Amino acid sequence: MSDKTLVVEDLRTHFFTRSGVVRAVDGVSFEVKPGEVLGLVGESGCGKTVTGFSILGLVDPPGRVVGGRVLLDGKDLLRLEEKELRRIRGAQVAMVFQDPMMTLNPVLRIDTQMVEAVRAHQEVDNEEAFQLAKAALQRVGIASPEERLRSYPHQFSGGMRQRVAIAIAMLNRPRLIIADEPTTALDVTIQAQILYEAQKLCRESGTALIWITHDLSVVAGLADRICVMYAGRIVESGAVDEVLDTPLHPYTQGLIGSVPSRNRRGSPLAQIPGIMPALADLPPGCAFRARCSRAAAACTEIPELRKIGNRQVRCFHPL
Amino acid sequence: MVFILRRILQSLVVVLVMSLVVFVGVNVVGDPVHILISDEMTQAEIDRFIQKLGLDRPLHEQYLHFLANAARGDLGNSFVHGEPALKLILDRMPATLELAFAAFLLAVIVGIPLGMYAGLKPESPASRAIMTGSILGFSLPTFWVGLMLIMVFAVMLGWLPSTGRGDFMTWDGLRHLALPAVNLALFKMALVTRLARAGTREAALQDYVKFARAKGLSPSRVVLVHVLKNILVPVVTVLGLELGGLIAFSVVTETVFAWPGMGKLLIDSIQRLDRPVVVAYLVITVLMFVVINLVVDLLYAALDPRVRLREMKA
Amino acid sequence: MSARVETLPVLPKPETPLRRLASEFFASRVATGAFAALMVIVFMALFAPFLAPQNPYDLATVTVMDARLAPGERGSAGFLMWLGADGAGRDMWSAILYGLRISLGVGVASGVIALAIGTAIGLLAAYRGGWVDALIMRVVDLQLSFPAILVALILVAILGRGADKVMIALILVQWAYYARTVRGSALVERRKEYVEAAQCLALPASRIVFRHLLPNCLAPMIVVGTLQTAHAISLEATLSFLGVGLPLTEPSLGLLIANGFEYMLSGKYWISFYPGLALLATIMSINLVGDRLRDVLNPRLER
Repeated sequence: MSDKTLVVEDLRTHFFTRSGVVRAVDGVSFEVKPGEVLGLVGESGCGKTVTGFSILGLVDPPGRVVGGRVLLDGKDLLRLEEKELRRIRGAQVAMVFQDPMMTLNPVLRIDTQMVEAVRAHQEVDNEEAFQLAKAALQRVGIASPEERLRSYPHQFSGGMRQRVAIAIAMLNRPRLIIADEPTTALDVTIQAQILYEAQKLCRESGTALIWITHDLSVVAGLADRICVMYAGRIVESGAVDEVLDTPLHPYTQGLIGSVPSRNRRGSPLAQIPGIMPALADLPPGCAFRARCSRAAAACTEIPELRKIGNRQVRCFHPL
Repeated sequence: MVFILRRILQSLVVVLVMSLVVFVGVNVVGDPVHILISDEMTQAEIDRFIQKLGLDRPLHEQYLHFLANAARGDLGNSFVHGEPALKLILDRMPATLELAFAAFLLAVIVGIPLGMYAGLKPESPASRAIMTGSILGFSLPTFWVGLMLIMVFAVMLGWLPSTGRGDFMTWDGLRHLALPAVNLALFKMALVTRLARAGTREAALQDYVKFARAKGLSPSRVVLVHVLKNILVPVVTVLGLELGGLIAFSVVTETVFAWPGMGKLLIDSIQRLDRPVVVAYLVITVLMFVVINLVVDLLYAALDPRVRLREMKA
Repeated sequence: MSARVETLPVLPKPETPLRRLASEFFASRVATGAFAALMVIVFMALFAPFLAPQNPYDLATVTVMDARLAPGERGSAGFLMWLGADGAGRDMWSAILYGLRISLGVGVASGVIALAIGTAIGLLAAYRGGWVDALIMRVVDLQLSFPAILVALILVAILGRGADKVMIALILVQWAYYARTVRGSALVERRKEYVEAAQCLALPASRIVFRHLLPNCLAPMIVVGTLQTAHAISLEATLSFLGVGLPLTEPSLGLLIANGFEYMLSGKYWISFYPGLALLATIMSINLVGDRLRDVLNPRLER
């Protein structure tokens, strides 16, 4: 147990809306080791962001975590009191959001927002906190950090803002960082830089990283292990090279196949037919059944996550 | 710097336009001559009278004359009191300002916390009660509430004096100020509450609030620093304009409580057709408004850094 | 096994927008209560002559012998004055009923006319755009930057006394809100590409404006309309109370309250109290209805 930073067991988060129950996260389990990068991959609406929020207890009503365990060093985060959870947030587990313009408060200066993150968890005065913030900015590759600290978020470019967000996440030397699509809003060259730096930081400090994204190519270069999510459930997980080279789940295969570079020039892009079912209205049995070319009678039951070697797959007819 | 100058220039234009409107309105649409002459005057006396007041000159001359005098601070003499109209207004301005500021403070001190609470817990029964209460607040006719306040607190209970004004910043003064200030504040309090609630609700849903919580900040810090600073901008803008509204609306409260301010003088002057005083009131009020708008704009720029940069680039 | 693409579920047949609006509106108990109260008030105002035991402005029926009777006492004509009598001997209940008529009538009439004018100007500004729009909005902004009471007082000072002048003042105070609201909504619609396409087809402007721009504005117009009407009623009452509103021959609730002012200090509260209650009930029920309408008609609001 103690060699794993985070263990998520059968996490379930449901949203109780007027039009019905939305099963955003419906039985998600995975583990992350120290210094490891786990890619959590899936289409929009598959529940990956909610998974990230559930771990930190940031799910807003009408959503609620209804089941499962989230073990950080053996302590179940879901059972903690709000006060204790607050001590963990931003300190042992930090989060980076998708759109840094929205996550940084536009009317407060950068130094205010960084210093408060430090002082919420460490017994230091303003001056020391300021120095820590400065050092953190330098570590993420921001030049002239003192000047930057006195600026406002809108004075930064998108890539810079995201680096600041990462710096804030690293401030209190967390054991785990949850990054929710942090490079989706940036252009490709900046994205590559940030990926590289994130990876470097994690290797150096032993911080575990969960990188949530819909972009397989990002994960391919960055992650050690990958979990593929579909309609609120994990359908496949394993080492990234193995999964991407020899996928076991038909959905994973479809995802890989639909990446443009994997298609032949001149022939139509491969697609997965149909659309992902709405999370409020999941069909019984395997959620992928309607779009799967291998579906059979057995698929009217929900398949369990099965171990195949050191990989896992949720399918009755794996590839 | 350019920003400030530009705003000042705009304000001057507004003042000029309003002075024209007021002048044209009062001296053209109404008939000043008719008011002033008594039935016994002979035609020769009337003609002399008209000449003396300059009412036979062409309109634009009269206007320029008016402007020139106004710049000198001479807005004519009151028909009723005989004294310079401007002096009459300025004598009574402190009383009105005292009342307006007291009401403003009350509205802000009560309204913002109430509104923020309602915005943070929008589904709670307390919050719903606050919102319905706020609708009651701005539905209540101010003058009627004033009457009821006097009835209850002055007549029935005898705790507070019913009319008049005490000396500034004395206990007696505060006792006289209490009821009128509450009366005037009620309407604005309701508006401020609703505004604060709307702003808080919107701010609370923003990502930066979630991010602040994800950093592990205490809820009080999240609310008092992150949310409050963000709602301050729209709230301050509206509040600034509301201060002007308070000054104008004090007309009602001053009448009910016999508070010796500009508003009461205005009503009396309208009823007695004392035009110079009416004009003086309007000019002063418009000036006040323009100044307040200007200050609010500058405050807005100071509070929201994005505005400053936008203006600097423009 | 061939791939099956799952068909989308069939949606239930939608109810008419009006029915859905009504069911959402009446889901709130407060709003339903306010609506009912408003209907009662309107009914009372419309049928005042039949509901009132006395016409308080028919001097033949009023005697000063009844002056200042306390609530519950019987007047000389034999009927019970359950809300008391005022300083001239008029039955308060009757006076309130007739006063409601005038207050409500003036408020609604001025509101409707202001709505018509404001809507026309707002649509014009949105449709023509350019300098027409800029000019109109400058005027609107200028007027709206001053509080309504001040504008009303200026107008009353300029125009003088009289019922028609008060109406004009009320209309002039209100049109700007309508103009701004309508222009805003119409602009949103105007900027959509199909309008440009319609113009290219040389469709007459009136058709574009009335069939496309105007319907988009209806929802905000209704909300602003209700809230403005309440505001107009309150403003008229305030002006009448101050003595610069409707003349004595059209006694609105504001005037009734003003009449009771002098009797307050001697404890005869009912002369001001009950008319005020009636005024409060009217304004508040309209505001509650308008508030609920805004919640229901605003698509952006979270559920």
